[in-house]
Amino acid sequence: MEFRHKDLLGIADLEPEEISLILDTAASFKEISTRPIKKVPTLRGKTVVTLFYEPSTRTRMSFEIAAKRLSADTLNLTVSASSAVKGETLADTAHNLEAMAPDVLVIRHAASGAPHYLAQRLRCGVINAGDGLHEHPTQALLDLLTVREAKSRLDGLKVAIIGDIAHSRVARSNIYAFTKMGSRVTVAGPATMLPPYLETLGAQVTTSLVEAVRDADVIMMLRLQLERMGQMFLSTLREYSQFFGLAPKHLKLAKEDVIIMHPGPLNRGVEISPEVADGPHSLILEQVTNGVAVRMAVLYFLIGGEKG
Amino acid sequence: MSLLIKGGLVVDPSQHLEDPLDLLVERGKIVALEPPGRIPAEGRRVISASDLVVTPGLVDMHVHLREPGEEYKETIESGTRAAIQGGFTGVACMPNTKPVNDNAAVTRLILDQAKAAGHARVYPVGAVSVGSLGQALSEYGDLKAAGVVAVTDDGRPVSNSMLMRRALEYARTFDLPVISHCEDLDLAADGVMHEGAVSLQLGLKGIPAAAEEVMVYRDLTLARLTGARLHIAHVSTAGSVAIIRLAKAMGLPVTAETAPHYFTLTEEAVLGYNTHAKVNPPLRTEMDVKSIKEAIRDGTLDAVACDHAPHSSLEKEVEFTAAAFGLIGLETSLSLTLKLVHDGALNLSQAIGALSTNPAGILGMPGGTLKAGAPADITLIDLNREWTVDASAFASKSRNCPFNGWTLKGKAVMTIVGGEVVWEEEG
Ligand SMILES: [Zn+2]
Ligand SMILES: [Zn+2]
Repeated sequence: MEFRHKDLLGIADLEPEEISLILDTAASFKEISTRPIKKVPTLRGKTVVTLFYEPSTRTRMSFEIAAKRLSADTLNLTVSASSAVKGETLADTAHNLEAMAPDVLVIRHAASGAPHYLAQRLRCGVINAGDGLHEHPTQALLDLLTVREAKSRLDGLKVAIIGDIAHSRVARSNIYAFTKMGSRVTVAGPATMLPPYLETLGAQVTTSLVEAVRDADVIMMLRLQLERMGQMFLSTLREYSQFFGLAPKHLKLAKEDVIIMHPGPLNRGVEISPEVADGPHSLILEQVTNGVAVRMAVLYFLIGGEKG
Repeated sequence: MSLLIKGGLVVDPSQHLEDPLDLLVERGKIVALEPPGRIPAEGRRVISASDLVVTPGLVDMHVHLREPGEEYKETIESGTRAAIQGGFTGVACMPNTKPVNDNAAVTRLILDQAKAAGHARVYPVGAVSVGSLGQALSEYGDLKAAGVVAVTDDGRPVSNSMLMRRALEYARTFDLPVISHCEDLDLAADGVMHEGAVSLQLGLKGIPAAAEEVMVYRDLTLARLTGARLHIAHVSTAGSVAIIRLAKAMGLPVTAETAPHYFTLTEEAVLGYNTHAKVNPPLRTEMDVKSIKEAIRDGTLDAVACDHAPHSSLEKEVEFTAAAFGLIGLETSLSLTLKLVHDGALNLSQAIGALSTNPAGILGMPGGTLKAGAPADITLIDLNREWTVDASAFASKSRNCPFNGWTLKGKAVMTIVGGEVVWEEEG
């Protein structure tokens, strides 16, 4: 099996074998993070540019650490909303980037499809670090790795994804990722946050958290973006947490060894109670560690460096 | 100078004609329509129409010519040149220019520019409200006297139902139809494509079919209340078709149009974030496409109008969410409609009715017919000519065409306006 893509734009574009290949490679890279000197020369002389149009210190740092552990040079560009408003278009940015001759560009943008736009115009590989409501493929890959480590398998698992599915690129990427790997995905949330046609992505859909978590092997809670409150999606935060917040009582409905995940950052007491977030079933911190390993693997495949 | 168009198959829905006939034109008017060989050729310019179809000049009742104000996208000259190259002898242009065509001075400027260009006839459509701001009625009486054939706030739909009621009543006073761009702006919100499986997949915000349908229903019920003539622009959904069919069965004074993209493309054209497929209303589903075709066939939809909406690369060579809505159609509209004929969805008479006789009738234009005495606006069509769409060769200044590279069958080969050959296919 080879990885033959120039870019990583979405999980929808990947074959299950390619996903397994990335996970296997990520697992082997994870060992590097336990060494006293956490660095291998695999990507020496290569340049990774991160271009973030939305603030996200966590994801950007995760990519930067991944690149540095592989000895790549990194250059971080944060574009404030204001300078984008001043008229520099994505096309201008693409031309300027081309002049820097990066090997890989990591982009986060509020517009769905912005990474595709750059991928069509740039010679270098493009990694989608989250585009609008579309996809966040490295998040889904790190979630897969986390679940595979905990359960030693992905096929046949029941995965519940709960919250604002409509506005979540993490949910879309994870629905693709888990169904491709043989898990059964159930999504749940208030109907205002469940876009029509979700079943066409292969997910089961319910408005009941209780139904979604019953017999679940994995429960993934999504962050509720608090600005949704003013947009007619919800009544009150109190009611949301009552019906769609994960509490200890819900864990009894799930499999005994259920694992709890969250892409972060958490709204404790809203979509997840502190007891659950910090309890024994939670793998939230493990997700962060696996983020670096998965991004190392993706950089490795896209730049095509020699394995050190 | 008299013209004899000889040996063609005349298709004229206004007279239920689909017969081999010769056509005589004198002093800009149609003089006679006779069985082949009856009209002597001596002393006349003879145009051979063997193997061609001769139709009343095509009329597109919904185009955006962008002048005044956005001449970098299109001018009246370039837009009407695109029209005649596509077989259209007349176009009705929407008022969302800069400034908006909400007063007689702008209307006269448009008509002067059209006359200076000398290509197709231009019929301006005035604004429903001053500045299309949805607040005060514009001067329909003055606008009509200056030459507008209808009023609309296309592109900035009338949200206020009371204003829509008053617009219908006031337009009835001057016997002007009101053209409605049906879109509930709250339901459409910041959607950029049809709300469905593809918008979900691409993570793009959707515009549900209901955003169009609730306004179609509102406007139909207001047409019933006011007795005014209502024309629904660019119908894109099966639901709208069903409601309009019902309204027509009830005898309401309503007409409707659709555009070739709504019976040719689906939401899947957006895949890959193709900005040339970003249009408002958005491209819908296979089921809607099927229903639109059926509605042209049974007359629920009277007209095919392309909603020619030129945009430059500045508006289209950007990320999908930032791109402008709209696509150009004047140079492909006839061929895409003829595709329905070749596919058996329409007969030729239905197609020419939708592209000429019906829109001319709705807007009260003098064309749309080859009856003796009518202006000699005539289109000659080669039904079997295959050609490949090359947007870079368009007369339009813009290139935002989702059909670029398609091979189509059937094409206008000559366009005659007022007895003058204004365009002729080379070779
Ligand atoms: Zn419109
Ligand atoms: Zn329009």
